Parts: sequence; C-alpha cells; structure tokens
Amino acid sequence: MSIKDHGLLINYDFCTGCHSCEVACKKEHDLPEGQWGIRVLQDGPREKEDGTWEYTYMPLPTTLCDLCEARVEEGRLPTCVHHCQARVMQFGPYEELARELSNMPRTVIYAVK
Amino acid sequence: MAFERNPDLYRKDWRWQEGDLTVTRTCHWSAPGCHDSCGVLLYTDKDDKLVKIEGDPNQTYNNGTLCMRCLNMLEAVDHPDRLKYPMKRAGERGEDKWERISWEEALDIIEENVRRIQKEYGPESIVGMMGTGRNCNWAVPLITYAGFGSPNFALGFLSGDSCMLPRAAIGAAVMGDLPIIDAAQFWPERYDHEGWKRPDYVFIVGNNPLKSNGDGFLGHWIVEMMKMGTKLIVSDPQLTWLAAKAEIWLQGRPGTDGALALAMIHVIIEEDLYDHQFVDEWCYGFDKLAECVKEWTPERAEEITWIPADKIRRAARLFASGNPSSLQWGVAVDMNVGGIPQAHAWIAMNAICGNIEKPGGNLIARDAYGMVLSYPYGYDKYVSPEMQALRIGLDFSPLHRFAAGAATAHGDSILQCIETGKPYPIKMIWFQSTNPIANMAGEAPRVYDAINKMDFVVVVDVFKTPTAVAFADLVLPAAMSCERNSIRGWWTPTRAITKVSSYYEAKSDEEIVVAVCSRLNPENFKPRTDLELLEEAVENGIDNPPFTYAELTKMVDSWPERPYGMHELGLLRSDGQPGFNTPTGKIELYSIVLEALGDPPLPYYEEPRESPQSTPELAEEYPLVLTTGHRSYEFFHSEHRQQPTMREFHPWPLVEMHPDTARKYGVADGDWVWIENTRGRCRQVVHETPTMDPRVINAEHGWWFPEQGAEEPSLFGVFDSNINNLTNQCVTGATGYGAPYKSQLCKIYKCTDENSDVMPSKQVTELGGFKYDRIQYSDDAVHDNTNEEVLGGRKYVY
Repeated sequence: MSIKDHGLLINYDFCTGCHSCEVACKKEHDLPEGQWGIRVLQDGPREKEDGTWEYTYMPLPTTLCDLCEARVEEGRLPTCVHHCQARVMQFGPYEELARELSNMPRTVIYAVK
Repeated sequence: MAFERNPDLYRKDWRWQEGDLTVTRTCHWSAPGCHDSCGVLLYTDKDDKLVKIEGDPNQTYNNGTLCMRCLNMLEAVDHPDRLKYPMKRAGERGEDKWERISWEEALDIIEENVRRIQKEYGPESIVGMMGTGRNCNWAVPLITYAGFGSPNFALGFLSGDSCMLPRAAIGAAVMGDLPIIDAAQFWPERYDHEGWKRPDYVFIVGNNPLKSNGDGFLGHWIVEMMKMGTKLIVSDPQLTWLAAKAEIWLQGRPGTDGALALAMIHVIIEEDLYDHQFVDEWCYGFDKLAECVKEWTPERAEEITWIPADKIRRAARLFASGNPSSLQWGVAVDMNVGGIPQAHAWIAMNAICGNIEKPGGNLIARDAYGMVLSYPYGYDKYVSPEMQALRIGLDFSPLHRFAAGAATAHGDSILQCIETGKPYPIKMIWFQSTNPIANMAGEAPRVYDAINKMDFVVVVDVFKTPTAVAFADLVLPAAMSCERNSIRGWWTPTRAITKVSSYYEAKSDEEIVVAVCSRLNPENFKPRTDLELLEEAVENGIDNPPFTYAELTKMVDSWPERPYGMHELGLLRSDGQPGFNTPTGKIELYSIVLEALGDPPLPYYEEPRESPQSTPELAEEYPLVLTTGHRSYEFFHSEHRQQPTMREFHPWPLVEMHPDTARKYGVADGDWVWIENTRGRCRQVVHETPTMDPRVINAEHGWWFPEQGAEEPSLFGVFDSNINNLTNQCVTGATGYGAPYKSQLCKIYKCTDENSDVMPSKQVTELGGFKYDRIQYSDDAVHDNTNEEVLGGRKYVY
C-alpha cells in the first residue's frame, strides 16, 4: 500500500490548540519562520444562544504536508500524530480510518496526497 | 490505532544505536523547566551532540506526546545566547561587562565571600533562592544548608510562599498529606489499571491544567478522561478551552473562590448530598463545619463572587452526584490572602463527598519510594538546631514552622529583613534558576532595590537574565536537562534523567552542588561527583528504593506499589494504624492542629485586601479587577522568551479584556496599553475577548525581552511589561501563606508618545522607582498570629 492510500484522521472535538503538531512539523521539516506544514485554525470562543460556548480548534495540513513520508517509510508515525498532546490524530489507510468515524463525532479525515 | 510504530525503532532498552545516531531513553525536566518530566528519546551523533528529540511512546506518563517547548528543545540547547563559562563582573552592577574565569577561580571567589560573611555576620546572613518546580528543588537547598551552613533557603521572594506550599501546608495539617487527582498516573499500565475508573466529574479550580501542568500532573490527562466520559465543572475568571467544554463554567471575581467553596459546601450539606459513611468513618468535625457554612448561602456567595447563585447550586449538586468526582486545584488557590482557608474548604468539600483515596477521585501523593528530593533535603543533617532556630520567618506563624516543606524560609520576611536589617542583616543571595525581578517575586521594583543592597550575589542560570545583569557579581553557567544526570522523584514514577551531551563549561545543578559543597564543607559533605550525590539520594529514600542510581538509569523508570484506600490499609501513619496522618486519624474538617497553633480551625473566607468591596474608594480611581499569572503553551514563567519559535507564536505580552472594556477606555485589539495602580505601571498589548467579565482584566507575567539591551536602564525591558510592578509583597494571610497575585485593582489607558516618555525600566533603575508607601508587616503580625488585634484586622468572615 502506498502513502497515497493513507490519510490523517483528526477528532477535532478534543483538539486543545496546544500547537504541538505545528512545532513538531516545523522541526521535522526544518521550516522557517512563517511557514507551516500544518496549521491549527480556531473558531470562537463565541457564546451561543443557549449560553454555552463554541470554542473549536481545527488542525489543517498545508500544501507543505507530505505526511512525513520519510518517517513513515522507516516505521514511524507522522510527527504531528506522534506528538499530539490530546491524542486526537491518527494516521492510516482510509478504510481503517473510516471505520473509526461512526463512534467518533466531530471528526474529519484528510486526504493529503 | 490505525497504524503501529515499528517496535525496533521505539525500544524499551535505555540506549541503542540507530545508524550513526545513539538513542537514549530518559526523561526531561529542566532546564528549560516545567512541572512535569515526560519520557523523551534523545538522539545524539558521534560527537555527543543532541540532534533530535522525540516523545517516548513507551513511557506511559506521556505516551510519546510532547508539548511545543520540548519539541523546540534544540533551539534552547543550541541558542547562541546560552551562558558558556563562569564570568565575574568587570564593571558596575547593571552594566553588561564581564570577565571569563575558570570554575576554580569562581569557587575561590565564592569561598572568599562566604567565609567573610560567615565570619562577620554568621551563615544565616546568606540566602539561597530558586525558581518553581525544577530539579534544583534539592540542589539549592543543599548548597544553602551544606555549603553555606545557612537555614535560609527560599523561593525567589515568592510572596506568601503562594505556589503549592499553602495547599501542601493545610493538607499536611488537616489530612496529613496532599491530595491530587487520580488519572491512573500511579501505575505504568495507566487507564487499564485494575480498579481504576474515570471520575464522573472533575472540578477544576484555580488553574488551566492544559497549559500549567502543575505539580506532576500532565494536564492533557484530563482530555483522555473527557474522551472516556468525564464531565467538567470549571471555576475560572477566563474561558479556557476546558471551561468552554464544561457542564458549568463558574466565572467568578478573582480572589473569591473561598466564598464559592463555602457556598458549595453549604448546598451539599443542606441538601444532604454528602457521603454519610465516609463522613462518619473518616471525617472529624462535620457538625462544626455544617454550622460554619450555615450562613453561606449561594445568594450570599453571589454578592461576593459575582457567580449566579443557581450556578453555584448546580455546580455543588453535580460535584456531589459524581461517584466519584475529583478536584483539580491549582496555584490560584494559593495566590490570595485566604489561600490557606480556601484550600481547607476545598479539602473539606472533597472529603465530605467521599472522593479521597477512591479510584478516580483524589489520591494522597507522596514522592515515590520516600525519595524526597525537595526543600528539606539535608536540612537536619547539615544545619544545627541553633542555626535552624534562626530561619527567617520561623516565628511568622506556627503553621509555617511545622508545615510540609518547612525548610523554606519565608520570602516576604527575607525581603523585610533586607530592608530593615532586623532581626539580622542579609549580605549574600545565591540565585539558581530564578529570575525574581521578572517573576516570581511580587512588587518587582521593591525587590530590585533590596537585592542591590547585597554585598555579594551569585546567579546560576542557562541564560544571562535581567537578574544576572542587574545584580550578579558572579554568573555560573548551568547545564540543560539533556546535559545532566539527575532524578525525577516528585510523585511517581521515579525516573532517571541521563546525561547525553555537554555544553562548553556548563555544569549540572548536581555538579554545582558537589563543587560548592565539597569546597566549602569538605569534612561533612562526602559526595565528590554528581553520580555519588545521586547514589546517596537513592540510599536516603526512606521506603527502600529497589535500585541504585546506576540501575535506575538502565531501568529508565520505576513504579512503586500503590494500592487504593491507603488510609484503610494503615499505610499513612508512622504507627501503622489505619487512618490519616492527623491527631484524630481522620480528615479534620475542624482542625485540631490549626486550633492548637492558634489559627482558625475551620475554613473561612477572606476578602482580597484590595477590591471593589474592601476598598471602594480606591476602586473609584482603579476600577478594574486585575488578575495575573495565567499561563501559555509557549512559556514556562519567565523562560523561553529568547526562542524565535516561541515568539513567532506569542510575540508580545497580552492583556485580555472584554471588547466593552476596551471601548470604554479607548483602546482596541493590538494597542499597547498602560496598566497602572498605586504601586506602579507596565504596558502590555490588548487582546479583546468576549469571554472576560467587563470588570476584570487578565494580564500576563514573566515578560522580558532578550532581544533588547542588557544594560541598565533597559535590563532587557524587564520592568516595561512587568505586571509585578503592580503586585504586592508583605500582604499575606495571617499564617504567612497566600498572597494576592491574582486579585489587585488597576486602571488602564492607551500608550501614547507623551505618556511613554519614561519607561518603567528607566523609572526603576535610574529614577528611584515608583513613589508610594511600601507595606511592611507589623511586629505583631510577624511574631504573634494569635494576637486578637491581628486576627481582627484580617477580615475573617465566618
């Protein structure tokens, strides 16, 4: 199976916005200031009509993301997945990731490559 | 999991070869510091240079994850500004002129000054200070006790010892120990541990654990428990991410959590929601507690806390309904004058709900294998009883004298001692891994004046800090975590920290202990290498650690047995009997110890000394409640400001405020704004957020700007954005514990060219500081806290 058959699953319900994926990526790929292989986007905090709060972080792989192909070939996880403090990221074949979705609301699968 | 790592690349050995690289499995602590010690894989090349760091997936403490600061470790280790050699000052204090010297020459200078001061003034005139929660927790005490022969070890002028120590002190007094939340961190198999269950509710008060990771608790464990179904109740003046996810967010007025606690206990008792069996068997003084909270209705608490009474009721009901619930408390509990009674109240609330020593509740935390590598280490061995009697602040309060970690001298009292020369002069301070004019001292300009009175100042650190430039006569380069052999023994597991690289002439904290103590006290201080010191530390473990230090290095970590229900099993008391380690053997809701010491034996609420309610006239001029000290992912207190990656994420100090507040004072997102009160001012950048109460602003701490000039009047701009220009010293609870870092009054106004002519750094270093009367303790307050007048003046509200 090639890396093209692999995606990134992110359960953004529990992404805390801790920046670990962003820094891990910058260091792995030696990216200069202002460049990112993955970016954590933020929605909120915004009060909803029922008085609760919308406050969501969403990691977004950029066009520089290569799914850490070199690492994966060695038998490692993409560094963002490895280091994610909230452990909300998975890497794997699409079919396996898709099976996770049914019991994991607020989750996306990115096809990166 | 969708994809497995190759086990050949992530082994359970302690060290292996991977091509040209050596991989060492160990853990990180400091420097750069934090309160945790995550498992790391350190990759070094054939020249023993650190080239890569990864989280260790086989260390279940962090399961391979790392925070951004560890991920950016190479930027710290290889930073061009790191201190490489010992240096002595070649110009005046405040100038940036230094002469490189050898370690031998540095030790000569230390010995000459220490001997002179010991002879002329006595060893007690030398003070050792460190920052928070590092693995020099035992090194700086050892240097102070064994090297200088002084009893005066302290945190860096930290007012009211208000970081964990109040909670530790009251915990020791009323239940014999400190309780922490059970995230199955006591067992290597973690959440699979037999008997462990996730708490139904976690009540978070006084911290944002995701960012602060306080006290050996990795905050993201809470996220793991949330995934398993744990719900949250959060008390915080700001909407943290966890608060946004909580069932209830209690947005209170800073400094008033004590009133919240009493009202929650009121609801739990009045509505009969407490655990009768646990109260009957394991709590003492329930009826007196019930009597004391009788008047604490949620309506009364609402007036004080600004939290709607119905929310307080709901929070109390939810917490009491959990089987179990658990309490995740933090430093804001300590950082108010009522820190001691507030912590007592939270312990009482948790106890009557029966959450103590239950799976998923709160467990008693002790250092693994009784290896207490902390403040008291070596105190009784190296400091004579006569000298111990001279410890500064010993007579401040009986609680301070007897409490856990009691070898800490009292920061405010040291400051006052320097200012007044009473009861004896202080002549030398040894600062190691602390930068008190940035933080942790309050009232930074006052502390600046005090340190400048010293005859001799040594600063040991990894970077040339503002404290080093301002005061140091001698600067010594400290090693970072990867460059040292050390031990993490704070709770569980015991972990080896293994040296993999070196940096010029930097020495580890352990090596510095050995160098200084074997020079100053060669007869009594026996270890001659860092490894000998560490072997001795393991031998001193009172619960017989089943390893030597050399063996621990190869084991990487070691987890002691830890059953639930330690009080039932007779594992907490020295007499081996069941029960908690208190006079009654129970958790003392009404404290026999506090009563005997002359302190109020029941929880009570103490209003901040400066607040819209206690000082309404002052609040007319300074209408905003100021809270400080919240944390960010990028920085550990005053550290990490020189790392470009951290500054890319977080370039400037931010002060959070509601958009209405910003509009009212004519400022907007991104503007520099002056924050000012009676003690001084500083400037930060406005960050508007609709989550703040419009009456409260939330400013950052610890800022200095390594990219700015070192020499005075700049001192890396340390006073310009320093919120500690506005905080206090010598305003503490009657026990000496608890200081109001979290609750001041202030006003704000936009920075303009006209009003920014004299920057605070110039004001402090060249113009004599801000003009106001500095508060001193009265003699009564210091020497007799049973004095009715003093107690009466403290606004206890039963």
